[in-house]
Amino acid sequence: MLRWILGGREAQGTVESAALFIGEEQPKNCFTEMQVLKGHFDIVRFLVQIDDLRFASAGDDGLVLIWNVETGDCLFALRCHTQQITAMTSYTFIRGGNAHTALLTASSDRTLSLWDPDSGNRVQNISDLQSSVKCLLVLVRLDVWLSGGNELCVWNRDFELQCKTVHHSDAGISAMVELPKNFIAAAMDKEIVIFKLNLSGSDIAVMAMRHLADHQDTIHSLIHINDGLFASGSHIGELIIWDSVDWTIQSYEHILWEEPARDSQSEFRLNPQKQIERSIQHMSSDGEYIVAAVGSGLYVYNVLTKSVVAYRRIAHDSNVLHTVLQQDGRLMSCSEDGSVRMWELQDLPLPAEPASSGFFGMFGTFGRSSKQTGPPAKKIPEVPGLRSLELIGDLIGHSGAVQMFLSFKEKGLVTCSTDHLLIIWKDGELQSQLRSLAVFQKLEENQEL
Amino acid sequence: MIGSPDVVAFTKEDDFGDSFSDPCSLPEEFSVPLFAHAANANPWTKTSFAKFSRDFILISEFSEQASFVGHPPGSNYPKLNFVEDSKVVLGDSKEGAFAYVHHLTLYDLEARGFVRPFCMAYISADERKIMHQFQELSSGFSKASEFLKLGNRKAFANELEKKLKDLEYTRSVLHKETELQKMNNGCYSTQAIEKANELANVEKSIYEHKDLLRQITSYPSRKRKDVDFVQHETETPGDTSVIDDTLNINHSDKTVETESESRKSSYTPQLIKGKSAKCFDKRLKTMEELCNASFFHQTLEQLNIIEKSFRGDLCLIYTSQIDRALLSKQSVTSFLFEAERDSEYGGTSKDFSISSNNPTVPILNLSGEPLSLESYTTCIDVDHVKPGVESMEGRPESSTSDITQETSEAADTETKGSFSSDKSIEAFGGFSPSSLQANYFDGLERKSKVSIASASENASGSVAVPQRTSDGNLVPMDAACCIGQDGFIFEEPLVELAQECCGDTVVNQEPLSLLHGDPALQMDYILEESALAESPNMGLTFSELNTEEVAKITIEDVSDSTSFMSASTSSDRAASPFTYGSASTLKKKKKAGHSALRFIRQYPFAQQAIFCLLSGRTLVILGVDEGTVRKLVNALFIFVPNLGKYGETVQPWLSSPFQLTDLQRWKLIGLQRAASPAGSSILHSLNRYSRYISILDCDNKTLRCPPYKGTLVSHLADHRTQIKRGSTYFLHVQGMLTQLIAKAFLYTFCHHIHLPMDINDQGSVTSRRTNFLLQLGYTVEESKIVQYLSELIKQHYIQGSSKGANQSFCFNYTTSYLYKI
Repeated sequence: MLRWILGGREAQGTVESAALFIGEEQPKNCFTEMQVLKGHFDIVRFLVQIDDLRFASAGDDGLVLIWNVETGDCLFALRCHTQQITAMTSYTFIRGGNAHTALLTASSDRTLSLWDPDSGNRVQNISDLQSSVKCLLVLVRLDVWLSGGNELCVWNRDFELQCKTVHHSDAGISAMVELPKNFIAAAMDKEIVIFKLNLSGSDIAVMAMRHLADHQDTIHSLIHINDGLFASGSHIGELIIWDSVDWTIQSYEHILWEEPARDSQSEFRLNPQKQIERSIQHMSSDGEYIVAAVGSGLYVYNVLTKSVVAYRRIAHDSNVLHTVLQQDGRLMSCSEDGSVRMWELQDLPLPAEPASSGFFGMFGTFGRSSKQTGPPAKKIPEVPGLRSLELIGDLIGHSGAVQMFLSFKEKGLVTCSTDHLLIIWKDGELQSQLRSLAVFQKLEENQEL
Repeated sequence: MIGSPDVVAFTKEDDFGDSFSDPCSLPEEFSVPLFAHAANANPWTKTSFAKFSRDFILISEFSEQASFVGHPPGSNYPKLNFVEDSKVVLGDSKEGAFAYVHHLTLYDLEARGFVRPFCMAYISADERKIMHQFQELSSGFSKASEFLKLGNRKAFANELEKKLKDLEYTRSVLHKETELQKMNNGCYSTQAIEKANELANVEKSIYEHKDLLRQITSYPSRKRKDVDFVQHETETPGDTSVIDDTLNINHSDKTVETESESRKSSYTPQLIKGKSAKCFDKRLKTMEELCNASFFHQTLEQLNIIEKSFRGDLCLIYTSQIDRALLSKQSVTSFLFEAERDSEYGGTSKDFSISSNNPTVPILNLSGEPLSLESYTTCIDVDHVKPGVESMEGRPESSTSDITQETSEAADTETKGSFSSDKSIEAFGGFSPSSLQANYFDGLERKSKVSIASASENASGSVAVPQRTSDGNLVPMDAACCIGQDGFIFEEPLVELAQECCGDTVVNQEPLSLLHGDPALQMDYILEESALAESPNMGLTFSELNTEEVAKITIEDVSDSTSFMSASTSSDRAASPFTYGSASTLKKKKKAGHSALRFIRQYPFAQQAIFCLLSGRTLVILGVDEGTVRKLVNALFIFVPNLGKYGETVQPWLSSPFQLTDLQRWKLIGLQRAASPAGSSILHSLNRYSRYISILDCDNKTLRCPPYKGTLVSHLADHRTQIKRGSTYFLHVQGMLTQLIAKAFLYTFCHHIHLPMDINDQGSVTSRRTNFLLQLGYTVEESKIVQYLSELIKQHYIQGSSKGANQSFCFNYTTSYLYKI
């Protein structure tokens, strides 16, 4: 068991160049075009990709909107839920040899609905549930889906309840992941409960197998890493990597951020290394690396080597809400501060190399005040193999917390926010070329060439 | 932009001759053709001796007091004749007055033969204007006439219905009385026979009126065969269609009665006396009563439009017509910096031009309908028009009419008196041009006569008295053709000045209208128009292009002189380019030229500010004082590409924090700096979106924006410019922007730089695009301008002129610097 005290006294500012504010010159940021989508009347919390072209958004207004990512058109507004949406997922099944993608939504009004995104119709609906559903999990292999609230329910495609567990604590199930051999891991407050789905003929039964009570505080994040591992993160910064098969702890990290020593002249020198615990709100993984949103910082961990790869104590001005690890060693994070930031894992410079100062040039009276005023310092990494997390771009548009984002690769990036808006960020150069092609296509159609 | 008046004014005949060999000169079809005129002829001489300085429109009635005898029951009634309007040109070269005269007939139950002949005349001192713009005038006045006639038919039908009610009521009363007489005095008493006769008369009258009603209501269905009429009907506002419905139903007498009863249930019938009152006591209906108020006001509006269209010098009208014709070919790019065109009018003018298409020579438009004795059109001497036709061939100075002694006398009579009855036309048989002439210059004060004076701004719709500008009124001079003589001058010096102006430096001939000009040029338009599938004026010849656009441009050009004056004298005025919902006109843009010129002289960082606007980066003008901010917005809005018809992309004064979506639609924002909490949230939004905006701080005289390197904008905004006048500077800017647009057009529509060689060819396209712009000689910053304009062109082309609700917003990540004065 390791305790990571990141940004400790010795390692203060070790791998963090102070240039958190990247400035206006962002050559690596290709998002030079944006499209603002209006339609929601309250906080937008969920984005779900339907196919290459479409996605759904939902939030506290109970509305589910289906959008075209290329044009930014709102295709359908699905209205039925009277209260906020608590969970949404896509549900792909085979019907008549073709794969259909439907949309599952759960709301605080204690209803579950299945929508057809091609017609905008509600296909199925269940109301008067005993409790509102907090999370949904589709088991494609078994063609069933699970809803987690105060109890765990198993449903088939036709919205028929197959089985359910007995009443749980008030906290209920906040997250679920699928494990091999028809096991399910569910996060319930401080515990992870392992359920087993028993299939006998057409009947399905569910039973709790094990309670893993290693976390000291509420679990906020539970993710699938690869076939052999899953991870959980708690309110006090505990990150546990579990074995998917025998549910043993593979790795335990307690991430502690050191309170920044704001002023060297401070009178509170006696206790300069106050360690503070930060909640792990979100995690994502590509099978090898995990990125965890810890407070307003980011933490990248390699599950194979069981070592920290990079971290940034203050990656945002406020809590990080969502993270994504991309294929090319880049990652993205969004935060309550209203921005999306793009990061690149870079090897640390050699010790002899002079530290490059970040760009602070702000002109005029409207300069953005930089949070970090201390001199940039890059010291020798105390952990071998430690890399730095360099900011390569940020997206500023929302005026409220960015709740989530969804990447459509070259088609763009969708963000949703507390300010009721969605923004599609696009590669301006690519869009310009696509428009040129559209122009020539129209010229050809009109025979004006 | 093209064919601007300045170009005309500075073109010498010699230069023009040389230019044919010059490979760099304009293609022939874009040049302004010169009229083969007598050498050294002063283009202003022919108008110099007129007793009025401005064109005006006169509406007059051929009044005969005696003829309005009413129509007592029992007397013979005539059949209604639906007479086509007739259009003639009349002239009085001695007076220096020439007129396009449009005759029409309105129906009035109280008039003799139920008809009241009217004429609307456009009177100008410029004979050639009347002759050459005949078709345009004709279509304009036809439209006005249609409004009048449509309203009149409705009013006449109403009147008839009321009259019928009266008659029915009278009949029932008489019937009772007859029965009573029979009862009391026996069937053959004198009283009973008298009553019976009276009853028979009423019966006959009812029959006649029903017949009249049938005739008038059957009119639209007959006319509907005419294409133009149908189109006209459909475009007239809602109330018209209602009327049409009521008129349109092929009434049997009964349906008329029932329908009218339900509709006019509030009307109480009155008893009609056997013998009508003395007809002379009756007050004649005013034109407004004759034509139903809403149609009357529509007519006035239309006349205003006509007046604006043909105001000013002929060469100005031609120039703007050429300008417009050329611009219509540029629909792909014209939205960027040109004043938005009202495309709706393109359709309407088409409707009317059809009717006026055939007679290229202004002769009587003899309709196919049989003309009755009442029709005055037959009486006009056809020969009389012939000199006018000849004069087109090369005797422009000649008279178009034979001036009789009577004419000149009549014309000399001073204007304020009312028309004496001995001059009136007793019968149309004796009608002569001279008496018609007398009508023009006679300020008839009869209520039924309406004149739209040149000062058409007083379009209150009330009946106006003909205005004369002979008593030293200030008249904005049609100065666009003179060298920079902006401003007001008194009309007396006008003549002298005009004569001074036509020295060697000024071309002493005016451009020829496209209609009568180079046939090749004209042909080109016809071909081009029909070839362009996208063009709104598809398949129209030039003469069919709408008059409204001419109107808009002409009035703006002319009144620019005024506005320039006011802008320069009261420079501290917080002039805003836009009031909400008002169109951003060329006039406003030209006015802004002056403000822009001052801005460039005053602020050394003007180039950077203009660069921001041209490259699509929103410029926020921040200041405490609303007037100062609005003034700067006013100075800069001419540089905003795709300004929009109503200047939608500019927000001249905003006192609340702006949102992200605001940056998407507004490219120039005037923002209030305030100490209030709202003010601090404004500053917060400025701070937050600082990467998307440039900020011009009025109070501290600073500009925070990305740097600009290049020569393009410095040509556009040179603070040492020799240009003195706002309107000249505006034209300079327009010229530069046109060059820029041409490059953007080239960049947008060059195949080889945009089309990928294979599927995964994004990179090479990017580099080809960049190289192309570098080869055009643009710096990195200037490339951004061209790229932005190109994106606008592409979006406009793909989506059409209808603005997509969900436009993308492009930006760059570039460092900003702070510029100080």
